[in-house]
Amino acid sequence: MRISLFITCYNDTLFPETGKSVVRLLERLGHEIEFPLEQTCCGQMHYNTGYQQEAMPLMQRFVEIFKDAEVVCIPSSSCVAMIRDHYPKMAEATGDPGLIKAVDRLLPRVYELSELLVNKLGIEDVNAYYPHRVTYHASCHSLRSLHLGELPLRLLRKVRGIDLVELNEIDQCCGFGGTFAIKNGDVSAAMLSEKLRCVENTRAEVCTAVDNSCLMHIFGGLHRQRTGIKTVHLAEILASTEDQPSEDEAQS
Amino acid sequence: MTIRVGEAAEAPSFQKAAFKLLDDAQLRKNVRHATDVISGKRAIVVKEQQDWQQLRATASAIKQHTLAHLDEYLLKFEAACTAAGGHVHWASDADEANRIIVDLVKQYGGKEVIKVKTMTSDEIGLNKAFEANGIHPHETDLADMIVQLGHDKPSHIVAPALHRNRQQVREIFMREMGLSELTDEPQDLTNAARQYLREKFLKVKIGFSGANYLLADTGGVCVVESEGNGRMCVTLPDILITLAGIEKIIPSFRDLEVFLQLLPRSATGERMNPYNSLWTGVHKGEGPQHFHVVLLDNGRTRILADPEARQTLHCIRCGACLNTCPVYRQTGGHAYGSIYSGPIGAIVTPQLFDMEHSQSLPYASSLCGACYEVCPVKINIPEVLIHLRGRIVREQQSGANIEAIGMKAMARVFSSGRRLEAAQRLGRLGQWPFVSEGWIKHLPGMLGNWTAVRDMRPLPKQSFRSWWREHEKEKKEGADG
Ligand code: SF4
Repeated sequence: MRISLFITCYNDTLFPETGKSVVRLLERLGHEIEFPLEQTCCGQMHYNTGYQQEAMPLMQRFVEIFKDAEVVCIPSSSCVAMIRDHYPKMAEATGDPGLIKAVDRLLPRVYELSELLVNKLGIEDVNAYYPHRVTYHASCHSLRSLHLGELPLRLLRKVRGIDLVELNEIDQCCGFGGTFAIKNGDVSAAMLSEKLRCVENTRAEVCTAVDNSCLMHIFGGLHRQRTGIKTVHLAEILASTEDQPSEDEAQS
Repeated sequence: MTIRVGEAAEAPSFQKAAFKLLDDAQLRKNVRHATDVISGKRAIVVKEQQDWQQLRATASAIKQHTLAHLDEYLLKFEAACTAAGGHVHWASDADEANRIIVDLVKQYGGKEVIKVKTMTSDEIGLNKAFEANGIHPHETDLADMIVQLGHDKPSHIVAPALHRNRQQVREIFMREMGLSELTDEPQDLTNAARQYLREKFLKVKIGFSGANYLLADTGGVCVVESEGNGRMCVTLPDILITLAGIEKIIPSFRDLEVFLQLLPRSATGERMNPYNSLWTGVHKGEGPQHFHVVLLDNGRTRILADPEARQTLHCIRCGACLNTCPVYRQTGGHAYGSIYSGPIGAIVTPQLFDMEHSQSLPYASSLCGACYEVCPVKINIPEVLIHLRGRIVREQQSGANIEAIGMKAMARVFSSGRRLEAAQRLGRLGQWPFVSEGWIKHLPGMLGNWTAVRDMRPLPKQSFRSWWREHEKEKKEGADG
């Protein structure tokens, strides 16, 4: 299948490993990947912070760039949520019938990574090898907007060598919330400290999720407290094999 | 139109209030415990209700329909209530409502009033208005009584004294009721409250209530509660005055079937409220002989006029969104500077009241969506929060503000792949003053809120897009060679 990648602005800039892993994984599974270089951002940060006007052209760009894609894969549930939950309304607001239709036709072809693997490609065992104790954090958008449920866990359970441990209070927000972490730094820190406690209690070496935004937040706290626990995007675990461990792995 | 809200007008911003409250270990423990218990009970009774999602959808549809025909239903209610011997008054704002109510009490020669839990009366600052006119209000709902006797403020829309534990209640009762002996056993505390209240119920001639529902077809009023103190307030006195926001109306008695299933399960985790009181007008020789309803607007029609925010008025004040909210669970309700706290408070308060501090409320959420998930009338609170943020941004755009400048600059960066790439290069160069030993531990300005408790990785040497170019080239060479 020809899969177009929307890697999202912060993965592109801050977490290139995630994108590389998605490419490695999907190519290993025999798919053809394309990455339109014109892509930037879905507009989520602007939209959610109240800059809806500024988010409009970003929505239009996204639709323009991906409207002819066979499927679009996005390794970030919050960006998928932005697109699914808000693009139709935003397009509606422009009153442009062409755009409304384009959004309508594009949406069913947009997949978060674990949705793409399990629901679209029908695969749970991706032949990954990751010999570590891992706990999975369910991000809010993955839970309540995409309703991913067990999808990421189904993929993780099939990873060889993995020691998967359940995270307590898995449905609790980590306190990131985009600009919330800045605007309400103290409450965000209080929420984070509870999340960290749960992560530490699992005695895992690695905390994973389908969103690097939450992971950046959780890792920020884990590192400040020198817990030694790493955070790794789901894609990196799935991309890792015995022959070709994830980049991080190769370094350690 | 002026909308006056008493003390809340001077409340500090959410951030400031939260900063202080986060240090209160006792409060956080109480709030955590209470919200855990209620949420847990709720989850069990919601799960057993097979048609829960249908009920939610139906309730939402009823509310939408009613709001679309609000004028008709209100007039219908007025006609039916009047025909049954009640009197209907219309109040456009808090001052008018207070004036009407105080005048009524004076007209009946009352010096004291017994009240059953009415948040709307807190919204308009009624107790202050009473006291300014020499009228003493007695709160009779146990939690409201604890708040009143403790000279405190409500912190939860269903359980106003949720931030207090038994030991604290015991102290308040001993001090305010002049008791020399009292344990903190629930039985003992309830007995003390009962003793204290019984006397008021029998003596005071004017009762005052809120309303959970106004029934347009019969002109009836419905109040639900757990203690029976409300039942006393609406049956024992000679005179009964009810204050209700105009959004409390539902078309017909039959609609109660839906709401009386949703509300108790959502609010207290009970299958049914222990006391559901319903009355219509007056009945000779039975219950209060004079009945007045004050219908309050106080900003509600303004909310109604905004299609994106209108769903705010669906709220049946169950409190489920508070109990599940990860922000509320950390701070409790006082941080919201209004009787309406938690996620619903964060959308109601800034819309009802033009308060300085309420501008901070739409940002008091991580948009995690837990509130929307539990809301029995399906209010998409995150959506309304985002809408209100947009309104605040538009209103503040006139002044030069760092955030707006930054956001606009980012939007320009995102306007092409090339610009993003250039910014990534710049960022890698520009970050060096903040990187120490491979980590970012201090950032300036607002961003310092991040590094206060979190480290950050510096930008990696290579962005994904630059890696992709190399990857493509390699693949091509591999294919060509
Ligand atoms: S917004 Fe919904 S969940 Fe929150 S109090 Fe109102 S009805 Fe209950």
